[in-house]
Amino acid sequence: MSSRTLCLHLRIWRQESAQAPGGFCDYTLESVSADLSLLEALDQLNEQLITAGERPVSMEHDCREGICGSCGFLVNGQAHGPRAATSVCQLYLRQFSSGERLTLEPWRAAAFPLVQDLAVDRSALDRLIAAGGYCSVNTGQAADGNAMLVGAEQARSAFDTATCIGCGACVASCRNASASLFVAAKLAHLGQLPQGQPERARRARAMQQQMGQEGFGSCSSHLECEAVCPQEISADWISWMHREERRSAG
Amino acid sequence: MSGLPDAQLPGGPLPQAWQHCKEGLPLVSPQRKRQLRLLVVGSGLAGASAAATLAEQGYQVRLLSFHDSPRRAHSVAAQGGINAARPRAADGDSISRLFADTVRGGDFRAREAGCWRLAEISSGIIDQCVAQGVPFAREYGGSLATRNFGGALVSRTFYARGQTGQQLLYGAYQALMRQVAAGRVELLCRRDVLEIITVEGVARGVVARHLISGELEVHTAQAVLLASGGYSNVYFLSTNALKSNASAIWRAHRQGALLANPCFTQIHPTCIPSGDAYQSKLTLMSESLRNDGRVWLPLQPADPRPPAEIPEQERDYFLERLYPAYGNMVPRDLASRRARELCQAGHGVGPGGRSVYLDLRDAISSQGASTIESRYGNLLQMYERITGEDPYTTPLRIYPAPHYTMGGLWVDYRLMSSIPGLFVLGEANFSEHGANRLGASALMQGLADGYFIAPLTVTAWLAGHATPAIAADHPACREARARAAGRIAALLQVAGPRPVDAFHRELGAVMIERCGISRDAAGLRAGLAEVAALEQRFHAEVRLPGTAAGPNPELEKALRLEDFFGLAQLMLRDALAREESCGAHFREEHQTADGEARRDDSRFAHIAAWEHRGGADPVRHAEPLRFTSLEPSARSYR
Repeated sequence: MSSRTLCLHLRIWRQESAQAPGGFCDYTLESVSADLSLLEALDQLNEQLITAGERPVSMEHDCREGICGSCGFLVNGQAHGPRAATSVCQLYLRQFSSGERLTLEPWRAAAFPLVQDLAVDRSALDRLIAAGGYCSVNTGQAADGNAMLVGAEQARSAFDTATCIGCGACVASCRNASASLFVAAKLAHLGQLPQGQPERARRARAMQQQMGQEGFGSCSSHLECEAVCPQEISADWISWMHREERRSAG
Repeated sequence: MSGLPDAQLPGGPLPQAWQHCKEGLPLVSPQRKRQLRLLVVGSGLAGASAAATLAEQGYQVRLLSFHDSPRRAHSVAAQGGINAARPRAADGDSISRLFADTVRGGDFRAREAGCWRLAEISSGIIDQCVAQGVPFAREYGGSLATRNFGGALVSRTFYARGQTGQQLLYGAYQALMRQVAAGRVELLCRRDVLEIITVEGVARGVVARHLISGELEVHTAQAVLLASGGYSNVYFLSTNALKSNASAIWRAHRQGALLANPCFTQIHPTCIPSGDAYQSKLTLMSESLRNDGRVWLPLQPADPRPPAEIPEQERDYFLERLYPAYGNMVPRDLASRRARELCQAGHGVGPGGRSVYLDLRDAISSQGASTIESRYGNLLQMYERITGEDPYTTPLRIYPAPHYTMGGLWVDYRLMSSIPGLFVLGEANFSEHGANRLGASALMQGLADGYFIAPLTVTAWLAGHATPAIAADHPACREARARAAGRIAALLQVAGPRPVDAFHRELGAVMIERCGISRDAAGLRAGLAEVAALEQRFHAEVRLPGTAAGPNPELEKALRLEDFFGLAQLMLRDALAREESCGAHFREEHQTADGEARRDDSRFAHIAAWEHRGGADPVRHAEPLRFTSLEPSARSYR
């Protein structure tokens, strides 16, 4: 830990509600500790705003250790900021220079209506899961978990896709605001396991259809989704999903 | 005992108790279930699994979540794994062994019958989760892999890398969303439950604030299930997600539900310590690091030298010195206490002298950096990200942090609180953990409650009490709504100079000092006075921007903190009344000559259940604990 402090110029998107007009506001944080996370710096800013009688900046956050998927906004145009494989709650100020200017904006996608300032409504992702992102098994009907063998590699690969935290960075970074990486990850998680086989084709069709209904665009093949994913989920799974579509159609 | 309802504990031998109980529980016809509405508060492991299972049975379920999505519940952050006794393994594990480890781990302050049932159900939880597609780690042959965990001599912890909680939660969440799609669960996200509605002492609904519109909503039902998690955030800095709160259980307590063992808070020894005043979180570093890391402090107090310059003979490997048998792997409460004592004596390192070294140097030199990286790579990367220090070249700095709360609303064997019709699941109840939680047992308890216990016991209660749901304009609903509106209005009109977090930080500092790793009577009494004074200042000096309408995160925080003030005082009272040391509760007056905890089974082998009494002091009831299967014994790790 250092005792270094820095001065940060923050340009933050402020918008009271989806109906209200929005715009950027400029703030300066003098002498903020380099050991704080960016969200903690915003906490500090908010305390200053409250003390001055102003409305604090709204942002989604909760676990602050990179696993709940609540947080997320654009930092200088990049989802979750400049550090790879990092959600914004794990972005620490020591990687910025004193005097640096950071522009913070909410995810912008038709399927993610704005709530306030940096917070958006991502419930469309829940509706994608409701469309078919599960295995239909009632409680108490399960057979012995060892009766169905799953190879270690297969389990690991399924796990790699199951780690998606639903933050929405992939959508926010795609020029078509596509949820393809999110859907592909879920299809690949369940599609790689024996438990997911009976509903595999139906799941692929239903989730794809729901994606269209929610207003997500098509995959733009720019791979920005992969570049910003805090869980490093590979865009190769989108190709896998396209094969799955052909398979389910056939 | 007056004021304490029947715990409904089963008679007869423990191994058959749950089966007998289940067979005796009344049922409700499928047609009737479709007419009955249930409210579930909380969407973590316990809430999501209960809501999904009750909906599968045919009930109309309405689930209220504080979060924007059920997938964000704090269960997602659990790292280590989930225990299950699957007697098929050749290492001698059995239900009775998991039962014994759970009772001993809790330092004989949990009910035997509940611990047995938990161990008995555990195996079915794994099967259920596998069927849902939870990608548990597998052996190369395809069978489920297990690993060892603290407090057990057998390998019974099932895991999905370091993200077991995440994967189990997603399994329950997906089961829940399937029921949402089927129209059997109505999912209401971004709702803060502020009051419980009772009619003639029976739970009939809740009042919730819609976090976007600010509107106060009344939700009524035939039964209410609280699965709203733990309250470690009373300490401000903890391993909990920032939104974890006690509001639903505290409001239920004020409505008449007994609150049990509130002082039992597990302090986890291996967390990234606090530094800056604006630090918001203490991140847990998995305990597994202690397998290879050696814990030490400089012998010389306030040693200014960097760790690499401190020679071997000037280092105190204090856990190895004090506990030669267990060394660095002593249980969580011992490791935490010894670290705190040495830091208080001036040997601590880092900002404010509030951390100890966890050193991987010897493991790296004997096994190689790549082996250590393959074992702990993700953890070490997380540490580097947060602290900016390279744990491969300089020792990690760790310190104990509040982690899991074993206390919570008192429930009987059927998970019903002392308010009829109000069920409490997971970390929100006082659970089977006793005074200390065994590693990898929290996930097991949440899912046992949600998938396998509550669906049966809620049904049994409804079989005899399925009166029609009350209308939203019932006087009890109007009163509860008025109470919530009154609290909000009172907070908004204070217009003082200080933000909510400033008070929360102060409360946390008092609680960690007075009711943290170690407690004594004088400190607890002082803590009671300090919290009461702080609460008064809060009500005179807090500043909330905005209004009750629309999103207002500061108002949400203020409502939570108001509840934490009440809960904190009850925690201090409970710790003061429990004049013994057990598990996570260490009273300095009650220790052996060599500084170990001294339990007092003759006076304190009971559950303390507190009754709220309006303006008067709360009343402490005691539910005696009987041990028929295991003889209470002292823990020794020397």
